[in-house]
Amino acid sequence: MTTFHTFDAVIVGAGGAGLRAAIEASDRVKTAVISKLYPTRSHTGTAQGGVCAALANVEEDSPEWHAFDTVKGGDYLVDQPAALLMTEEAVQAIYQLEHWGLPFDRTPEGKIDQRRFGGHTRNHGEAPVRRACYSADRTGHMILQTLYQQCVKRDVRFFNEFYVLDQLMSDGACAGVVAYELATGELHVFRSKAVLYATGGYGRMFKVSSNAHTLTGDGPSVLFRRGIPLQDMEFFQFHPTGVYKLGILLSEAVRGEGGILLNSEGERFMQRYAPTVMDLAPRDMVSRAIYQEIKEGRGVGPNRDAVYLDVRHLPRDVIEEKLPDVTEFARVYLGVEPTTEPVPIQPTAHYAMGGIPTNVDGQVVVGETETPVPGMYAAGECACVSVHGANRLGTNSLLDIVVFGRRGGKHMAEFAEQADLPELPDDKPEAPVREHLQALMNKPDGANAADIRSELQQQMFDLACVVRTEESLRKMQKILGGLHDRFEHVYVQDTGKMFNTELMEVVELGFLLDCADALVAAALARDESRGAHYREDHPLRDDANWLKHSLAYRQDDGSIRLETKPVKMGPYVPMERKY
Amino acid sequence: MTPADGLGEVLDASDSRAVGSSGRITITLKIRRYNPEVRGEESWWDEFTIETDPDDRLLDALHQVKWYHDGTLALRRSCAHGICGSDAMMIDGRNALACKVIVRDVAPRVTIEPIRGLPVLKDLIVDMEPFFAGYRSVLPYLINDSGEPETERLQIPEERKRFDDTTKCILCAACTTSCPIFWGDDEYVGPAAIVNAHRFIYDSRDENAAERLEILSDKTGVFRCRTTFNCTEACPRGIEVTRAIQEVKRSILFDRF
Repeated sequence: MTTFHTFDAVIVGAGGAGLRAAIEASDRVKTAVISKLYPTRSHTGTAQGGVCAALANVEEDSPEWHAFDTVKGGDYLVDQPAALLMTEEAVQAIYQLEHWGLPFDRTPEGKIDQRRFGGHTRNHGEAPVRRACYSADRTGHMILQTLYQQCVKRDVRFFNEFYVLDQLMSDGACAGVVAYELATGELHVFRSKAVLYATGGYGRMFKVSSNAHTLTGDGPSVLFRRGIPLQDMEFFQFHPTGVYKLGILLSEAVRGEGGILLNSEGERFMQRYAPTVMDLAPRDMVSRAIYQEIKEGRGVGPNRDAVYLDVRHLPRDVIEEKLPDVTEFARVYLGVEPTTEPVPIQPTAHYAMGGIPTNVDGQVVVGETETPVPGMYAAGECACVSVHGANRLGTNSLLDIVVFGRRGGKHMAEFAEQADLPELPDDKPEAPVREHLQALMNKPDGANAADIRSELQQQMFDLACVVRTEESLRKMQKILGGLHDRFEHVYVQDTGKMFNTELMEVVELGFLLDCADALVAAALARDESRGAHYREDHPLRDDANWLKHSLAYRQDDGSIRLETKPVKMGPYVPMERKY
Repeated sequence: MTPADGLGEVLDASDSRAVGSSGRITITLKIRRYNPEVRGEESWWDEFTIETDPDDRLLDALHQVKWYHDGTLALRRSCAHGICGSDAMMIDGRNALACKVIVRDVAPRVTIEPIRGLPVLKDLIVDMEPFFAGYRSVLPYLINDSGEPETERLQIPEERKRFDDTTKCILCAACTTSCPIFWGDDEYVGPAAIVNAHRFIYDSRDENAAERLEILSDKTGVFRCRTTFNCTEACPRGIEVTRAIQEVKRSILFDRF
């Protein structure tokens, strides 16, 4: 049986961006938050090191310096007006979180304390600056908890463990979504004037990833299948310091507090790659440096495919009080004692700079003209504003979710206040989802989903990772074709309706395959190197041809069409990126 | 010392203690099953013997069972490194997160059951709603009606430290469902709710400790606690849960708010 609901605003996803939008919208219009997880399980909670804002609590700073760093860190693919707006609004966004109770670490006089972070500098690159507001190494946890607390206070309506599987449109405008209820296996149609996607990233397409199992690109993929383009998908960030083999994040705050990277010769190799800021260079540069060290035989471990993160020289109280969680990760998952031993690390798939194209009000926009789709919104990692350009700076994702979660939620509430309730496209709008799920469950046998997923993850990590070439990407494209073919015949053993997590894992695998298609197609087309997208066969940035965003569209025949659109420039003229 | 000092030992490329694995091992997972769609109200045990890396998480082993042996096995999980709080379960009789238990530490045989005291819905999945209802009952959000300053409210490090421990809670329910009082009493709000009340009662910026203490002095509140320390032992975040509960008891008895 299908259940029908009617809301003014529906938010898909209950991480930082979704909850921040919900706080904004729920006071004004009838709002529902649909989340496949309980809100406090969202991946925002695993962010560690901090959230930047030029509060200037411990040293001189300015939002403009922050904007410059963001643009330079993003290798000039950042839309500069959006970056200026984000860094300007950052200050109030942090005070707002504090007023809602977020327990930031404090300076001796009681102000919010701030620490250093990669790529954040004083006066346009002079030296690292203390800009990251933090709560030990669980800043994301505290943001997620605080936003959820405010939702509890406001009695926000949640539909937990509901998976949004389709977007409904009528006359080119948003009409609602179709969702699957995990507990019962029933479908729900949410008719709504506006929908905001805040579903997070898709890092689970890579073998070594800091991402949760549930980060499978659901929102981008649902819209991609409905003709909405995905922007800048070739830009995927590899965080330099993941726990060896497992990929669990070890925060950049470790280096912000003074930790350093060492190769097999005990050399602090970042001195050679970024002489000014060294270990606090942006993530794309550090990950490439690690790749290079390993390639040249200076890796550590039995396979020589790791390097060391070293904090042994730091005061014990800094390690225990400011980095307690990452210290525990090393102890639990590697059996390494960071106070006396260096920790083996490797780059880990971490963050999608690309995603659903939006403007600074969270409206989903299509084409070179950036035409808004009425009623459709996105915010957070699943969206591409673009404030991160070709490489996001550490801490700017937590800032993105609170600034653009708020702006998106506010705009969607204003839109819903004046819009009429849209008609549903027909009286069985859930039919395509129902047919898709039934087709998956009605096979006597077939391909194993875990095999397909692990091959996707392994091959993407080998062929579309920190370093790419035309050859590796063409090979990956061919492999993806084969994986899609196998996915057509995937077998679901559980035919039940209650908590059929196997069925949903298969659906999520389908989402990952779609996002991987877009990523590889865009990476193949961009024959230059910029930010996190490094083409060994085209190692230089090519502003003459590629200072522009990519847009990938899924065509009716399954192929992908690429378009480009200009980068919105501003005060910062592209220059060579040195640190 | 200089950073590179003492690297000799750990830099040995053959060192398998820090990096690399030491051969596969066999482990038997005995799992308590329940699936009313298939077998009605009866629960049963299934055993799966698999080969894993000794460094794998128990969650990885459960995935191996689900992905290659029995797709119907139902469990919750997300982040897989002890932060999201999805995969609390009873492992060899003690509550823990499956993603924080390493296979080597429980091999060659491990028994896995759902956490206790909440209705089981399917296999290792329980109904979390009663747990979150307890959480919501303690007003788990900052209450301050004195108006917001233009910048941050000041809070010196000593004040901030006062409630640091209880800010770590991830609402996984490992503590609450390890509590024998909670097992036998639907009304008791349980340790996690008290932890989240504690987090605001001792926050210098909050103005409504009195109401929370009133709520927790009720018959469903802190005085149900019999100080068995199960909650403290179960907490995957290392929160001193029993101590937090005792502090709240003491405040109700002796402090004037």
